[in-house]
Amino acid sequence: MKDYQDGYIKLALPKGRFLSPTASLLAEIGLGFQDYSDKTKQYRLRSARFPSLSAKILQEKDISIQVAVGNYDLGICGLDWIEEFLVKYPAGALVKISSLNYGEGSIHVVASAEAGIANLNELSALRNDYRIVTEYPNLTEAFALNLRMRRFRIFPVWGAAEAYPPENADLAVLWGKSGADIATQGLIPLKKLLPVTAFLIANRESLESKDLSQILACFSSQLTADLPACSPYDFGRRAEAWQAGPQTSIENGPDISEELKGPRPLWQAKEINLALPDGHQQAPTSQFLKRAGLALQGYSEEVVSRRPSADLDWLGIKVIRPQDMPLQVANSNFDLAITGEDWLLEHLYRFPSSPVKKLFALGFGTVKIVAAVSQEIPVADIDELRALVQSSPDVIGAPLKVASEYINIADKYLRDNHINPYKLIPTWGASEAFLPEDADMLIDNVQTGKTLKQHKLKIIDVLFRSSACLIANKDSLASSDKKEKMEFLTQKLRAGLL
Amino acid sequence: MQDLFPEDMLRFRRIEDVFRTCCRNWGYQEVRTPTLEYLHLFTATGTLTPSMLSKVYSFLDWDGWSGERVVLRPDGTIPVARLYIDNLSGRELTRLFYVTNIFAFEGTGKENRERWQCGAEFFGGAELAPDVEIILLAEEVIRRLGISNVGLQLSHAGLVKALLKELKLSPGEEAKMTNRILEGNWQALTKAKSINPEIDRLIAALLDLKGKSSSFLHNVKASFPKASQDFKSSLEDLINVTTLLDNLGCSYKIDIAAIHGFEYYTGICFQFLAAGEKIGGGGRYDSLVPLMNGEDIPACGFALYVDPVMKLLPLEKEKKGESEILVKGKELTPEIVKTCFTVAESLRDAGHPAELDFMGREESNYRWVVLVSGKEPSPFVLTDCIQRRRRYIGASMAEILKVVSEG
Repeated sequence: MKDYQDGYIKLALPKGRFLSPTASLLAEIGLGFQDYSDKTKQYRLRSARFPSLSAKILQEKDISIQVAVGNYDLGICGLDWIEEFLVKYPAGALVKISSLNYGEGSIHVVASAEAGIANLNELSALRNDYRIVTEYPNLTEAFALNLRMRRFRIFPVWGAAEAYPPENADLAVLWGKSGADIATQGLIPLKKLLPVTAFLIANRESLESKDLSQILACFSSQLTADLPACSPYDFGRRAEAWQAGPQTSIENGPDISEELKGPRPLWQAKEINLALPDGHQQAPTSQFLKRAGLALQGYSEEVVSRRPSADLDWLGIKVIRPQDMPLQVANSNFDLAITGEDWLLEHLYRFPSSPVKKLFALGFGTVKIVAAVSQEIPVADIDELRALVQSSPDVIGAPLKVASEYINIADKYLRDNHINPYKLIPTWGASEAFLPEDADMLIDNVQTGKTLKQHKLKIIDVLFRSSACLIANKDSLASSDKKEKMEFLTQKLRAGLL
Repeated sequence: MQDLFPEDMLRFRRIEDVFRTCCRNWGYQEVRTPTLEYLHLFTATGTLTPSMLSKVYSFLDWDGWSGERVVLRPDGTIPVARLYIDNLSGRELTRLFYVTNIFAFEGTGKENRERWQCGAEFFGGAELAPDVEIILLAEEVIRRLGISNVGLQLSHAGLVKALLKELKLSPGEEAKMTNRILEGNWQALTKAKSINPEIDRLIAALLDLKGKSSSFLHNVKASFPKASQDFKSSLEDLINVTTLLDNLGCSYKIDIAAIHGFEYYTGICFQFLAAGEKIGGGGRYDSLVPLMNGEDIPACGFALYVDPVMKLLPLEKEKKGESEILVKGKELTPEIVKTCFTVAESLRDAGHPAELDFMGREESNYRWVVLVSGKEPSPFVLTDCIQRRRRYIGASMAEILKVVSEG
């Protein structure tokens, strides 16, 4: 715990796409951390060179927020997540110091080649109600407002935005390597919103009052480089100048070239639409479908396509994130989906009248949704925790900070257990990284509980068990057009149960 | 976030009362729209500017899976226009007014996120007369509130749009320039040099000079004969309104920069300033109703900004010591407390505000004090708090009512 006291400098480092280039850069400039690699199981890192410097590995999406709230003095993450934060909270305590000169691709506004949208001007001129799918809801809202789109609906998704157009969305705002790369997915890039490069960011208060100079000096070779995409770091400037405004200004006129329009994939509306999960759930789902006798092309462990095909010509299949499925079934983009009971419950707590229904559990992908705290906290269950929050707010912290990727489940659990006051910290998975410094408790899924133990955490409550399940849209089940085929398909899938 | 204290509410209610009375006297009817509205109501071009839209509080509704978002009402006029389109269209003339709060996302957490306005909207009718009507109505409200040294500034959205067109910018540049102007950056207009020096001269003159009567506009018309047809017809419109205002003895200043924040204005625009602050404004917005899929009907309106007006109102002391009566018990026995309630009720029924006291309040704040001792045969003592010597010991309820009524 000592490492995180005042006087220490805290750095947030990214997982995922920027981990290797960031690790190389840090090694190069003499700021290397021994355990900062793809294989590490550590979240907390110590600097061999600077005893006062510690780092934590976080999901990239969390870094800009964590730096802005002051949990970290410095951070490294992609410009897309920084702008996603700043476009909504321009007065947030987040200062962009400099681009680190690596990164790839850009955030693009894309349409399906099928949609017949040739340029941006059409979007504002037409009275259509556009559905936009994205991982970047704030950037997307700013884009749509600036373009003066008359009517639009934004569907935030956890991922796989490219899979939605044209049937399930008119536009997507997503990351793409290049216009040509986007075109190979049957999409037309309409507008480049911003380039995705890694940035060094700082908390404003830390920058104004704390001596970070030793660490910033290490970055000096990067900071003085000639970077066209951003302003160079310059102590002569006012602090505000570093925080360049959001780069989402919209140029009118199309910036789309004819050759990028790409091949038009053959697409036809299907009678029944099924969503299948990507990620961890893909392999067991694939095995399950095999047992059920549903032959799919493009959904094996070797080849995963966003649009696998089945030998049923009326069945349309898409591969998307399980987190996004309940909402996508609710809004009738899909009739059926295989997701987790946890994500169904998360959706139903938010929208109790949602037309989504669980048909049956599939028996695989079982996890426990648990509440856990640091082993150092002297409580054994949630009742003792409540008593501690009330009696000793100085020991545990008031409000109790709870990190979770299930914000609605966590919210309900905390309300039902009369934990008061509390504050929810939404995360994008791996909530254990937040404890104990940035959160007091987590509500997350565990398979064995081994990871929690490794991080010196203990489970104080099991909220429920969750496994994969088949969900359906109630209106589709009742629809005379779909009823028969829905029944056929659910019967077939039931046969895959062990 | 802001609390309104009792003295604030006295001012607030006075503004509301004066505003309501004036509006009713002019034939306007009151409406109230919901605090939550759909976001799409405000997104189309010609409604709210992108910078105002970036400040709306928006969130998912009960059917959030549909992607439809709702917002905390960010503007007063657009919801009333929606109410008109949904329920009242087809009428020849519709005069509506409202008192409402509007919400704006505030980036620092230090400023107020909720503001109140009193607004009136006029749907239908020909131009000119309604324009003048709403200006005069707004003036009357301000005058009756007793706010002095109020300046009226006039502009015309058509003039500004015509000038922008004359600059011959690309559509993208024109949109950016419009946004800058709507956010109050009029300097941008002078910096955008057009290819036509005549236009630069016209823009400089309009930004520099502040006319005080319709004669000024006639002078502009004579000095720039080559101005576009759009410009001339807007100028003519403004001349007609100002001539009428001149004839009615209404003083004003013509300031082309007196347009603020709203994109939906199409004709005359005006602002009221007092003590350096904008306290109200409005104008003509003929495109708004058709843009929102309503019929093609002209409309205009204004709003008074309650928060700055409250600061300008003198604090009226509650008229204590004149009409109010304090009813107090000598002891707190159940019998005396019950009698106190009965006495106070009889007084209020007779139209005299009566406050109860069981804690020993300062009597000097009241006109009369009724002391309830509960001892027969003289349970009440009535004291005149102004003429201390007037005491009525052993007065009956009927006597008390008589004395109090006679004053």
